Amino acid sequence: MGPKTTKLLRLLLLAAAILLPFVSNNYWLDVATLALFYVVLGQGLNIVVGFAGLLDLGYAAFFAVGAYTTGILMTVYGWSFWLTLPVAALLAAGFGVVIGAPTLRLRSDYLAIVTLGFGEIIRILAINLSITGSASGIYGIPRPAIGGYPFSSQKDFYFLMLIIACLVIAAVSRLGRSRIGRAWAYIREDEDAAEAMGIDRVRMKLLAYSIGAIIGSLAGCVFAVKMSAIAPLSFSFMQSIMILLAVVLGGLGSISGVALGAVLVIALPEMLRSAEEWRYLIFGAALILMMIYRPQGLWPAGQEQAADEREAAGDGAKSVPM
Amino acid sequence: MNTLVQTLIDGLVIGAFYSLIALGYTMVFGIIKLLNFAHGDLYMLGAFIGYSLLSLVTGNGEGAAGLLGIAVVLLLTMTVVGVIGMGIERIAYRPLLLAPRLSILITAIGVSLILENGSMAIWGAQYQVYPLQLPQTGWSFGGAQLTYTQVAIIAISVLLMAGLQLFVRHSIYGKAMRAIALDQTASSLMGIDVHRVIALTFFIGAALAAGAGVMAGAYYGTINFMMGFIIGLKAFTAAVLGGIGNLPGAMVGGLLLGLIETAGTLVLGGSWKDVVAFSILIVILVCKPTGILGEKVTERM
Repeated sequence: MGPKTTKLLRLLLLAAAILLPFVSNNYWLDVATLALFYVVLGQGLNIVVGFAGLLDLGYAAFFAVGAYTTGILMTVYGWSFWLTLPVAALLAAGFGVVIGAPTLRLRSDYLAIVTLGFGEIIRILAINLSITGSASGIYGIPRPAIGGYPFSSQKDFYFLMLIIACLVIAAVSRLGRSRIGRAWAYIREDEDAAEAMGIDRVRMKLLAYSIGAIIGSLAGCVFAVKMSAIAPLSFSFMQSIMILLAVVLGGLGSISGVALGAVLVIALPEMLRSAEEWRYLIFGAALILMMIYRPQGLWPAGQEQAADEREAAGDGAKSVPM
Repeated sequence: MNTLVQTLIDGLVIGAFYSLIALGYTMVFGIIKLLNFAHGDLYMLGAFIGYSLLSLVTGNGEGAAGLLGIAVVLLLTMTVVGVIGMGIERIAYRPLLLAPRLSILITAIGVSLILENGSMAIWGAQYQVYPLQLPQTGWSFGGAQLTYTQVAIIAISVLLMAGLQLFVRHSIYGKAMRAIALDQTASSLMGIDVHRVIALTFFIGAALAAGAGVMAGAYYGTINFMMGFIIGLKAFTAAVLGGIGNLPGAMVGGLLLGLIETAGTLVLGGSWKDVVAFSILIVILVCKPTGILGEKVTERM
């Protein structure tokens, strides 16, 4: 795939995404909105798992932190939706540091299991605390408004998520190519060599973990106002696994791949309604087969990067220093 | 006083289950440094296969399975699940032994999903009642109850653990296991069939988890396809508590975690017991990642 075709493909995809609400019915629009949530969550997790190589099995916990922060602040304290966003981001980053700081010094396997435990703790807290509405959750979360225009229809939320997804994709891909992104790749490939080259591995890992947490919590905030009701069930271990599946299926560290993976993870079960009981069984098999036969994913990161580099070289503007 | 004794007894029984599962975690981790996420699900699988075999023996709970019947079912289940554990290692883990750590961790999650949802497809999503009536009688002293069943569970667990300890310390295969844990390449050069010993490790770990599963099914009375998820996490906590890679550590860690958890339930209430266990995990990893009996290991291996 040449650089021009890649660019054209991206533009075409964006145009299709913009036109979708005008041709689709409400059901498929809802599915598409959910897919966009997964695109955002997948990109957030991609920073942690794909870029930095840290396995996070409790990513849904950050999704929950965002959703519950927005839910509680809006229903109990009557805050505006937009003001809850920075609070949720701060809280998620805080949780990320509290969980990450001690465990990131250890072997990476420990992080996987601690994040799993953390995800369960958050879920159990949400079920048992009264401020989170116990098992039934929080309902009657008001709709957000921007300059007097209230978001209410399916279309409004679809476009809101589309804008957020585009922003997150742009941010994550720039981050991946930045100095920080190269440091993450270095740590992922060889931690000792990275440290010998003067990279502060704990700080960089913590940064990856916190940025991933912030993206997850922001998706949670929008999720809360979109659904207007949230319950602990939405933030289970399976949710974390589905997000991870999107990342693995698409390609670890690949921006386009993860977006593709997110769409597949949502769209495939919709198309295979008859095989609903077998869904997780198929997903489990997919995880194993991908790791054994195609660990780089459906749309690998290397291919994407090569296309970008050819593009940069083709413009003849500047060389790409590594 | 009597609540204290009762807590101690109940904690020991739960702790015995944790210990048996933690042993498998610790053995596999010790030998190939893999966190086998699917290990808790082998415990679940053991409970279900034991359930099917017992239904067969008792005619769907109509008749009673004698002591001999129960023993045969227990051993048969352990063997079957042990072989399944070996199969998992052969299909899912062996091709990835040299791949990056992340790949094999993700594969382990895939195996766990398959075991859970495969069991759901076979045995159904609802709770199944174990076709076994165990005597509720026993000794009572000062208000605390110690049933024969509890004594039997603790006795079987101790027997299994002692047997494992003897096997690993004194048999030639145990020696090979310890050698591979130290240096896989050198062991291979010394003529040890590394893959075979790894397969044996998976067999033993899976069989012990299955044994715990059958006993837990009989003890609690009901089983469910998700029963392995939380207990797998807790058994891992127990393994870390005792020092991962260390067999006596896994036993001590399991018993200790069982006691702490039962005590925590008594003080805070049942809905918080999982939070207690996971908080312990995080605190241990922060303060003493080598655990109680763990040897000093390098941070990254």
